[in-house]
Amino acid sequence: MTAPAGGSGGVAGVDGAGVVELRLPGLLADDAGGRPVHHVDAARVRTVADLLDAVGAGWPRLDRRLRDETGVLRRHVNVFVGPDDVRWAQGLATPVRAGDVVLVLPSVAGG
Amino acid sequence: MSTLLLVGTRKGLFLARPATPSYPSAPSRPGADRWQVEGPLLGTDEVPAVGVVPGAPDAEGPPRLLAGVRSEHWGPTVARSDDLGATWQETDHGSIRFPPDTGAALARVWQLQADPARPGVVYAGCEPTSLWRSADAGVTFELVRGLWDHPHRPRWAPGFGGAAVHTVVTDADDGARVLVAMSTGGVYRTHDGGESWSPSNRGISAYFLPDPQPEFGQCVHKVAADAAGPQRLYAQNHHGVYRSDDGGTDWTSIAAGLPSDFGFVMLAHPRRPGVAWVVPLEADARRVPPGGRLRVYRTEDAGESWKECAAGLPDGAWTVVLRDAATVVDRGPDESALVAFGTRDGCVYASTDDGDTFEQVAAHLPDVLGVRGVHLPSGAA
Repeated sequence: MTAPAGGSGGVAGVDGAGVVELRLPGLLADDAGGRPVHHVDAARVRTVADLLDAVGAGWPRLDRRLRDETGVLRRHVNVFVGPDDVRWAQGLATPVRAGDVVLVLPSVAGG
Repeated sequence: MSTLLLVGTRKGLFLARPATPSYPSAPSRPGADRWQVEGPLLGTDEVPAVGVVPGAPDAEGPPRLLAGVRSEHWGPTVARSDDLGATWQETDHGSIRFPPDTGAALARVWQLQADPARPGVVYAGCEPTSLWRSADAGVTFELVRGLWDHPHRPRWAPGFGGAAVHTVVTDADDGARVLVAMSTGGVYRTHDGGESWSPSNRGISAYFLPDPQPEFGQCVHKVAADAAGPQRLYAQNHHGVYRSDDGGTDWTSIAAGLPSDFGFVMLAHPRRPGVAWVVPLEADARRVPPGGRLRVYRTEDAGESWKECAAGLPDGAWTVVLRDAATVVDRGPDESALVAFGTRDGCVYASTDDGDTFEQVAAHLPDVLGVRGVHLPSGAA
C-alpha cells in the first residue's frame, strides 16, 4: 500500500511509474506508524483524495484527523501540492503526479 | 476509599485526587493540602465531555474513563483509559462516526453517560444533535436512528454553544426508557429503546418564542433524576427551574426561593430523595453569579425550599459554571456524597457535606467544561 519511507521524488513505484510523497506534520506521525513520510505508487493515485485514501486505508486514525466522515478536509488542515494550497486549486480533486510532494500542515490557529 | 475527579477543560483533561504521600501536593493555595491535580492530559485539546463506566472493561478492575476530545485541527474523538488516566486509547476508525447516508459529520461530543444499571451500556450526546448508544463500554457507538430521524429535528435550533444532545437520563428499572435534553428542542423521551421519541416539555416555558408553551423548542439546560427514582425529575431551564413527578410528562416550577431561575447546572443526590443542587446565574442577559457571589443552592424537599451554600465559595466571582461542569459522586451508603464543580475561570470546588462547606480543589486551570468523578477503593486512585 504505502512504500517504505524514503527520500522525495525519484523513488520508483512498483510499476516503475514513480511515487507521490505525502509528508505529515510530526504531530501526526504516531497516527501513521511513526512515519511522517509516506510514498504511494503514482499509478494508483490521480488526485489528493486518492492519495489520502491510499495512505488512510492503512492508517484510519490518520485519515480521520485530516478528513471528517463525509470526506471533507478539516477546516484547519491545509494540504499543499508542491507550493500550492489545494483549497485554491481543485480541493481534494487536485491532480497529483509522480514526483509530487504533498505536504500536510496545520493552520496557525487557536488561542 | 478515595475519589478521583475528572476535569475536562478548554485545554486538556485534569485529574484530581486526594493528596497522599505518593502524590504530594503543592502547599501554595487553599485546599492544596488535600488535593493533588495532574494534567493537562490529552494534549491541550478541548475536553467538553468526561465520563466513567463502572464495571468496565471488567468487573474487578478500575472503571473505564472516557473523554470526548476536540482538536481545532484534527477534529473530535473519544478517548478511553482503563488505568485511571495513565494511558489513553482511541478506536482507530473512531468511536462515533455518522453513517454515510446521514451526510453529517461529528462536530463535538457533549455528553458521555454510562447506564449504571446495564454494564457496558454508554450513551453519547453529540453535536450535531444526536444520540448514540454503545454496548461495549464506549469503544464503538451506534447512532440512535429514532431520534436522528425525528420529524422535529429540522426545527431544533442551536443554542449559543451549538446544537447537541447534552443530557441523557437512564432508567434503572427499564432500559428501554431514556430521557434526553437539548438546547433548543427541550426534553424528549423514549419508552421503546430509542425507536420512537416524544417531546416532554409540558409546563416548561419558552419565553423567547411567540408561544411560550410550545410542544417543543424549549431551551432546557440540564435534567437530573431524583434518588427516589426516575419518575421525579428536576430541570434547570433557560430561565425556569422545574420538577416533574411523573417522569417528565408535566413540569411545575420550583424556582421560588432562588435568587434567579437562570443557570446551567442541575444535580440530584444519588441516595437522598428530595435533595438537589443548582448554581444560579443572574439572567440570560447577565450570565454571572448574582452580585458576583458564587453560590450553590440546595433543596432537601424536592424544590419546595432552597438553602444558600456559601461557605468556601468566593465573592467577586464573575464567572460561570457550565451545565456539565458539576457532578455529584456517590461514595456508598456509609459516606456522604461528594459534590464538585468547576468554573470558567479554572477553579474547582468540592464538598463532602452536601454543600454546607466547599474547599478549593484547583485554581488557574483553563475554562472548566466538564466534571465527573468516581469513588475508588483505597489506594486505587
